[in-house]
Amino acid sequence: MQMKSAANRGVTSPLLWASLRAAVAGGATKILKNLKWRDDDLKIGTPKEILEGENRVAMTPDSAKALQKLGYDCVIETGAGVGAGFRDADYEAAGVEIVKTAAALFKEADIVAKVRVPTEAELKRLRKGQTLITFFNPAENETGLELAAKKGASVIAMEMVPRISRAQKMDALSSMANIAGYRAVIEAGNNFGRFFTGQVTAAGKVPPAKVLVVGAGVAGLAAIGTATSLGAITYAFDVRPEVAEQIESMGAEFVYLDFEETGQDSAATGGYAAPSSPEFREKQLEKFRELAPDMDIVITTALIPGRPAPKLWTEDMVAAMKPGSVIVDLAAERGGNCDLTKPDERIVTDNGVTIIGYTDFPSRMAAQASTLYANNIRHMMDDLTPEKDGKPVHNMEDDVIRGATVTHGGEVTYPPPPPKVKAIAAPAKKPAEKELTPEERKARELAEFQAQTKRQVTLLAIGAALVLGVGLIAPASFMQHLIVFVLSVFIGFQVIWNVSHSLHTPLMAVTNAISSIIIVGALLQIGSGAWLVVLLAALSVFMAGINIFGGFLVTRRMLAMFQKS
Amino acid sequence: MELGFTTAAYVVAAVLFILSLGGLSGQESAKRAVWYGIVGMGLAVFATLIGPGSGLWLLSLLLLAGGGAIGVVVAQRVQMTEMPQLVAAMHSLVGLAAVFVGFNAHIEAARVAAMSAVDRAALSGFAAVLAHKTPVELSILQVELFLGVFIGAVTFTGSVVAFGKLAGKITSKATKLPGGHMLNAGAAALSVILLLVYLNGAPLWALVLMTLLAFFIGYHLIMGIGGADMPVVVSMLNSYSGWAAAAIGFSLGNDLLIVVGALVGSSGAILSYIMCKAMNRSFISVILGGFGGDGGPAAEIEGEMVAIEAEGVAQALNDADSVIIVPGYGMAVAQAQQAVSELTARLRAKGKTVRFGIHPVAGRLPGHMNVLLAEARVPYDIVLEMDEINDDFPQTDVAIVIGSNDIVNPAAQEDPNSPIAGMPVLEVWKAHDVFVMKRGQGTGYSGIENPLFYKENTRMFYGDAKESITKLLSLVD
Repeated sequence: MQMKSAANRGVTSPLLWASLRAAVAGGATKILKNLKWRDDDLKIGTPKEILEGENRVAMTPDSAKALQKLGYDCVIETGAGVGAGFRDADYEAAGVEIVKTAAALFKEADIVAKVRVPTEAELKRLRKGQTLITFFNPAENETGLELAAKKGASVIAMEMVPRISRAQKMDALSSMANIAGYRAVIEAGNNFGRFFTGQVTAAGKVPPAKVLVVGAGVAGLAAIGTATSLGAITYAFDVRPEVAEQIESMGAEFVYLDFEETGQDSAATGGYAAPSSPEFREKQLEKFRELAPDMDIVITTALIPGRPAPKLWTEDMVAAMKPGSVIVDLAAERGGNCDLTKPDERIVTDNGVTIIGYTDFPSRMAAQASTLYANNIRHMMDDLTPEKDGKPVHNMEDDVIRGATVTHGGEVTYPPPPPKVKAIAAPAKKPAEKELTPEERKARELAEFQAQTKRQVTLLAIGAALVLGVGLIAPASFMQHLIVFVLSVFIGFQVIWNVSHSLHTPLMAVTNAISSIIIVGALLQIGSGAWLVVLLAALSVFMAGINIFGGFLVTRRMLAMFQKS
Repeated sequence: MELGFTTAAYVVAAVLFILSLGGLSGQESAKRAVWYGIVGMGLAVFATLIGPGSGLWLLSLLLLAGGGAIGVVVAQRVQMTEMPQLVAAMHSLVGLAAVFVGFNAHIEAARVAAMSAVDRAALSGFAAVLAHKTPVELSILQVELFLGVFIGAVTFTGSVVAFGKLAGKITSKATKLPGGHMLNAGAAALSVILLLVYLNGAPLWALVLMTLLAFFIGYHLIMGIGGADMPVVVSMLNSYSGWAAAAIGFSLGNDLLIVVGALVGSSGAILSYIMCKAMNRSFISVILGGFGGDGGPAAEIEGEMVAIEAEGVAQALNDADSVIIVPGYGMAVAQAQQAVSELTARLRAKGKTVRFGIHPVAGRLPGHMNVLLAEARVPYDIVLEMDEINDDFPQTDVAIVIGSNDIVNPAAQEDPNSPIAGMPVLEVWKAHDVFVMKRGQGTGYSGIENPLFYKENTRMFYGDAKESITKLLSLVD
């Protein structure tokens, strides 16, 4: 979810008073610190969120413990976690120092972690060398960027974390979107006067609710999962055809468009959707128009980075929906996907369709959202502190840190250069293999069979002719031997094909041993007359003897080794 | 003893030999199969000794026992990594024996031919068989023994050279005398002419000269074949020794020799064919040596080899869930199979999937790697063939290549000009990380650059395979 650009909120008269108080308190803690001991450890501090209705907090007792393990001291403004259900006492128990005011906190902390885009007042409190980790909305927050740069502070914008696998643990957009998707379904259910799941009861049949999710990013997928697990029939649409698989894996039906266009390659845009062509948009709206009367709940999550939300659910579609239907527009913050959406409001149209345009879904689940966000921050610190010694290293060579850093060393470093690692590998070009029709396949098989038959018949004919030719001149005694020979060759061929590959070495050893059958020839000759014959035959027997015993023994040795696990 | 009994014994022996070869289709049945072979051989020798035509059986038994003793000692002492040399050496013995038996047949034939009719009637043994032959049968006999001696002689020198190459006593590079294949062809043609001369009056010098020529062919043929093709060569020589026995069987009129010779000959031929298919090479081009013609310049390789230390490899192994090990000749050379087995056992104990991918021509003998791994007590059901495991590489975390090169060379698929283009290879580069254990930066036996070493996910782990893996063992907790 994109965070609200709220730089000019909260700048009111209490500011003067607060800063005065902070100055006094800051001075006091300084004296106190000097009195106690020189504390070299850097401090991570979290102020209370200023924006009204924002319940999240950037540090939880659990994340504080983890941060302390990295070598940092933690400090928090009093009451910062109340909205999310964490009391000051919980923090104290986790070893977190509590300070009274935001001003004091900014003074004290070397690294400030918060949730919402900082106000001008907050930015003015920054000092040289301080690091601020927060949502920053750098694309539409030029004044904020300049102010932070002028102050000499480094700002790490959580929404700028690149979407690469390594950085997923600090991808706060995803973790917040997950919550928003879940909450959107819950919120829809709250405003929907029926069951999600279909039931056949004694009191009558209840049809299952039909839910359409537009945009299958993290929020969309979370919404699909929640809706299906509640029992609704879920449909989902996205401009990126490759997410169809993800949609189906979550249990929803992918709404296919009958449109000939090379699908969007989300790999090129870092996993986000890009604007589509007008023709495609027309086709898309036509499909939605067709679906609108059937849908009970529509959840739209379509966002294109750096642009207003595309208008996908037009007035006439709303008009076509049944009374009692609900639309939850998760893109409300950026103008909404639905024509009628009013940001931060819930409205009911004349035909009884409820349209929810809340922009604070994560904050509505503050405990969960804070836990996840604090973990994201903690992982960010993890990467910033490679030595785990409480000394952050701002490595601008690192893709993740470079990408997220929007001001550093007195300069605005936004926008970052494209990351070295692509978020998603480009899809491999599919081999252009033609699908064969059954007829073609049949024809090919037939041709292969015929060719094979032809080959075999030719070979047989040649072989038979040769044998017959030999038979014409050779005496009968030779032919008898020839029959034996040819048949043996055939047996050999047939038998060896079945020998498993791993036994080829034993096979060689065995055939080697067996080939010393030549000893039979030598034995037949050894008894007949001439001394030279006897000598040669004797030598042959001797050599064959080596072979017989050596060959069989080696084979046995080898085979004895083969064992099952 | 009667001829009938000997023949019956031969039939039983032949059946046992067939069962013995057929039984090698599985690891379990193979153990039984060896016994079939042993019993068959014992029966054949026994039946021949007591059958008609043999004599001096005491001398025979003594020689057999003497040779057997040597055979037993060799078989027990030999290292599993030296198996290829041993098999090659044994082939040479069979080849030489075939030559001797062939010469004997010639001498006997000449002696019998010179005798008077009365003397012939008094002959016994092999000479008596010869004495009853008609002139046509005699000339067929001459062709047969000529062939038997020729093949036996080629087998003998060929096996000796193969032994030398495998044992590292002769350079494993393909070397040829000036003239190349023409020398072989010339010698073969001359042998055919000598055969015709021999048929016209059977002078001994023709046989001797042909034998010398065959010795030369065997030597020159195998010298021209590079080390990487040795698996094919060894099984080819195996096949030759079988054919030689079969040819001798014809000339002696002994069916058992024919049957067994044909079995061995055809099985060796099939094995060579399987090997060649696995390398996508034509049998002819392997036999003739060298890599055939040049298809154009091989593609340039971009990138650089990145080395890694044992710590890095151990880290990756500790993190990995699935590991595939691809061993090659380097593992055999370094005698690293025990260490590999130990590493495998350790990784498996930690619940990781460890498997082995064996290329059909890995090593210097068909099935060489399987035997080495079996020796090191790696269970054979995690040792898989190329086709079984190739699809699994994309889901594999770590692939370890131990001393193999050409069989994991992506150029076979990517570069149509590569000398090994089209040869099926193990697609290790599809694994998430690839570690290549290698002694140095040199190329493999075939002398081809391997783009795998330059891939982004490949790390080179230099050093002796055994030491490297032992180092890993201490780091993998």
